[in-house]
Amino acid sequence: MSGTFRAPSGGRLDRSRPLHFRFDDRELTGFAGDTLASALLANGVHLLGRSFKYHRPRGVLGAGSEEPNALVTVRRDSARVTPNLRATQVELYDGLEAYSQNRWPSLGLDFGAVSGLLSPFIPAGFYYKTFMWPRQAWRRLYEPKIRAAAGLGRAPEQPDPDTYDNRFAHCDVLVVGAGPAGLAAAAAAAGSGARVILCDEQPEPGGSLLSDPSHSDAVIEGEPLDRWLASTVRMLASHPRVTLLTRTTAFGYFPHNLLGLNQRLSDHLGRPDRSQPRERQWQVRAKEVVLATGAIERPLVFPGNDRPGILLAAAARTYLNRYGALAGARAVLVTACDAAYQAALDLHRAGVSIEAIVDVRAGSADGALPEAARSAGLPIETQSTITGTSGRLRVRAVRVQKLDSSGVPAGPVRRIRCDLVLMSGGLTPSVHLFSQSRGKLAWDESLGAFLPAQAAERVRSAGACRGVFSLSAAVRDGTHAGLSAAQSAGLPVAASMPQLPPPESSAAGTLGVLPQPPGASAGKAFVDWQNDVTSRDLALAAREGFRSIEHVKRYTTTGMATDQGKTSNINALAIVARELDKAMPQVGLTTFRPPYTPVSFGSFAGFARGELFDPVRTTPMHDWAARNGAVFEDVGLWKRARYFPRPGEDMHAAVARECLAVRNHCGIFDGSTLGKIEVMGKDAATFMNRMYVNAWTSLAVGRCRYGILLRDDGFIYDDGVVARTADDRFHVTTTTGGAAGVLALMEDYRQTEWPDLNVWLTSTTEQWAVIAVQGPSARRVLEPLVDGIDISAAAMPHMSVSRGRICGVPMLLMRVSFTGELGFEVNVPADFGLAVWQAIHDAGRQHGITPYGTETMHVLRAEKGYIIIGQDTDGTVTPDDAGLSWTIGKSKPDFVGKRSLQRPAFASPYRKQLVGLLTRDAQHVLEEGAQVVPTRQRAAPEAAIGHVTSSYYSPSLGRSIALALVSAGRSRMGETLYVALPDGDIPVQVASPVFYDPQGSRLNG
Amino acid sequence: MLLIECPYCGVRPELEFVYGGQAHVARPGSPAECSDEQWVEFLYLRENSKGIHAERWRHTHGCGRFFNALRDTTNDHFLATYRVGETPPPAALERAAGPRP
Repeated sequence: MSGTFRAPSGGRLDRSRPLHFRFDDRELTGFAGDTLASALLANGVHLLGRSFKYHRPRGVLGAGSEEPNALVTVRRDSARVTPNLRATQVELYDGLEAYSQNRWPSLGLDFGAVSGLLSPFIPAGFYYKTFMWPRQAWRRLYEPKIRAAAGLGRAPEQPDPDTYDNRFAHCDVLVVGAGPAGLAAAAAAAGSGARVILCDEQPEPGGSLLSDPSHSDAVIEGEPLDRWLASTVRMLASHPRVTLLTRTTAFGYFPHNLLGLNQRLSDHLGRPDRSQPRERQWQVRAKEVVLATGAIERPLVFPGNDRPGILLAAAARTYLNRYGALAGARAVLVTACDAAYQAALDLHRAGVSIEAIVDVRAGSADGALPEAARSAGLPIETQSTITGTSGRLRVRAVRVQKLDSSGVPAGPVRRIRCDLVLMSGGLTPSVHLFSQSRGKLAWDESLGAFLPAQAAERVRSAGACRGVFSLSAAVRDGTHAGLSAAQSAGLPVAASMPQLPPPESSAAGTLGVLPQPPGASAGKAFVDWQNDVTSRDLALAAREGFRSIEHVKRYTTTGMATDQGKTSNINALAIVARELDKAMPQVGLTTFRPPYTPVSFGSFAGFARGELFDPVRTTPMHDWAARNGAVFEDVGLWKRARYFPRPGEDMHAAVARECLAVRNHCGIFDGSTLGKIEVMGKDAATFMNRMYVNAWTSLAVGRCRYGILLRDDGFIYDDGVVARTADDRFHVTTTTGGAAGVLALMEDYRQTEWPDLNVWLTSTTEQWAVIAVQGPSARRVLEPLVDGIDISAAAMPHMSVSRGRICGVPMLLMRVSFTGELGFEVNVPADFGLAVWQAIHDAGRQHGITPYGTETMHVLRAEKGYIIIGQDTDGTVTPDDAGLSWTIGKSKPDFVGKRSLQRPAFASPYRKQLVGLLTRDAQHVLEEGAQVVPTRQRAAPEAAIGHVTSSYYSPSLGRSIALALVSAGRSRMGETLYVALPDGDIPVQVASPVFYDPQGSRLNG
Repeated sequence: MLLIECPYCGVRPELEFVYGGQAHVARPGSPAECSDEQWVEFLYLRENSKGIHAERWRHTHGCGRFFNALRDTTNDHFLATYRVGETPPPAALERAAGPRP
């Protein structure tokens, strides 16, 4: 059956349900209720992985989420591979496949371990000091090699096939942690009428109670432990106001009492229902929060403290009492506190030989537990220390030495054979969430711990996480917290408030490195197991001048692993404090950040993946474009048709054909994505005058004008054609991407600067379908379809607007052009867009009408030197830079940005100005973004004088064209400049940005 | 995610709002009469206070209105929200000057 290290009885296992599992190439058996770690220990398997930096053999250190060592990859199928799971939290199921990490070729024989031999050359911060030269080698040689050698598990290579749920919840009281204090708090709060959510990271509620032996004679509220636990959990589970969430980690505490919970729904199941989500992320907004997050045992820092078989004392006790797994046969306990004696007593009772209890404290160890150990005949060595360990893949012996009266090891070294070392440096309260909530922590000297002090949120801590360790006090503390939380949440509390117990100073342990012989170098004493940081690394950092604990952390990487230093931070702090000769609070504590334990990306993504990642905006004519072979591009959330290739055409060919069709016949273009804002009201013209640079009062009803909008800093923010459709009404168009921002900017000025103006702004972007018909035949195409408007050149000149009907549908018709050709933009209600588009397309066949996309539109506008906001401007371009001074209403006293245009820097003759560039080789198309330099022969580095903003091949001109922003560009007409590219400089001539029809005669066709 | 009380709609989650920068920075009535220094101060210079900060928010995905708020930048707690054109409520400022809740 299962291995030889299974206790014959006891534990919270279902021994009638054996489970088969695989670890690397070994087939093993455990029981329902096991974790992977407990099942491995029960099979006598202690070697679980190789360490991050030195590839040292490692086993389990803890029994819960604090585990730094035992990281494994769990594989269900080729897509469901989860690396870096803590074996201590992986629940066993039948058929589980787990793999050790960071070893090659095998766990027992690992070639990477050679890096342990090189360790004198890879001290703290080695990557800052070595591998510096030659520079190229860092990227090509050193970094890839180091990354391959150091590391954790491999990320899965296929898309995650599972689904992840998310849920928002509100409650009066959220209790984090279902140990004795948390259970008591939840019961008290629920009993007072509060709506309660109680969450715990473990598969069942109980916390530390789950690790107490079934025969414990302790009582809570007069009941034996197991009865109290069972009845309390039953009450809470069936309580109508309580939501009890197990396998649910409160990973983050965010402002205004919002907590993130990660609930694991199916990872513990052998055959999960694939139609159900794998995890659920809760965002809980709580009126009051009770943190009952417990405490984590501190490891001791001594040479060789990382060998497999060296565990936290409480963890060994958990393995025995909760899982019936014996962590060894011959144990040595090293401790700095009384509580750990309980582990020795429990293991002794289970038949483990206790070879020695090494108590590092001076004095006679006369507390109740040491006395019990003494009467059980366990050998106790007080005032002693461990100076080293031996054993390759498992600890085999420890070296023990007495301390003299000044606390220095002296006298003979005793070697004690063992296969298990239990250690306890005392308890560190888990203040992670309290600290995340921006609560202040205070150093408690007598307890040797940071405790929650001033809260920043509506939160209280109860039990071990605030230093109240003893069972009865923790339960009383939890009840108090639950009642006071309910009261603060506004509920009438009838129950009498128990007295608040004080933190217990008797539980203090030790901090930092255990005493070692002077000058000794018996091996590495690990502080941070997961990142392989030793006490020597920390001391080195201090000697090298690091003073801030935040800097020491980053330099040595202590506390920066996936366990976030749950077992290492306080010891590291103590070592640095000692090196710097400062008190702990003066050195300070590094910041606690979410997540408490790693949370899968899937949980954060939730349903927002694939098609649901972002909304997609499509125009009324989208389906027509798709049916007609359009290639789409994303513009913000919009899908826009980029070009319409015919069979055999690439983009270049399709765009060339579309361009020529517009220039020679007629094109049809979907402009529906353009932003549209209706500006209405008695003061609409005044408002427009103040917002846009142009003069609007002089714009007659029925006319359009090209508008430029600046920010108050004087730089171009947006542009677009504005039509005056009535005295009190403007139809403002914006760029596709700028629509929301323009409306927000307008609203800002309307609401906060000029609230006296009678004007209303309405986004009408999605109300209109916009069909641009452009080209010499545009009028002939539209004429038969239009009712009620004379669209002749005389009646409807360039830049005019009129209301009428098309195909019987109401229409706003604008005669405008972004191509330089005779053109109209047909605006019809969005619901009629597709029908009108089809009608125009059908009517246009005889005139050679051709649908064109945004790529063609870009070429056509560039031929005319029309700018695109965000492509030819970048937030530092003024109207004059872009050659658009003519748009400014010169006599206006003010408009947004006007004052900035008078600033001295705006008048500099060296500002970058928009110009055209013509390559000497007419077929060479420049790269957009390429830098422009003045000379070919130059001493590098030389500052660029500009850059290419737009560049295309122009089919109409049969050559390449480019727009560029070039310093003093307009004074350089005809000059030869160079565009610097890796393959050599390209000579270009500065030209007007208007390449095609510079007189604009085609517009007036 | 913060909870923000829109003075027009009530308490809503931060998702519905857009931050609007420091409050009570009035645009000069006659920009043409500003010196370059005064104009630059209006454009660019803002408080960066540790503690109580008067700032603007817009309930973009709600009523669409701008309003003002007093927020403690050390813990993100709002002391008050109030309408455009109003001065900060004196009671909130007194609370801010006194000991923390």
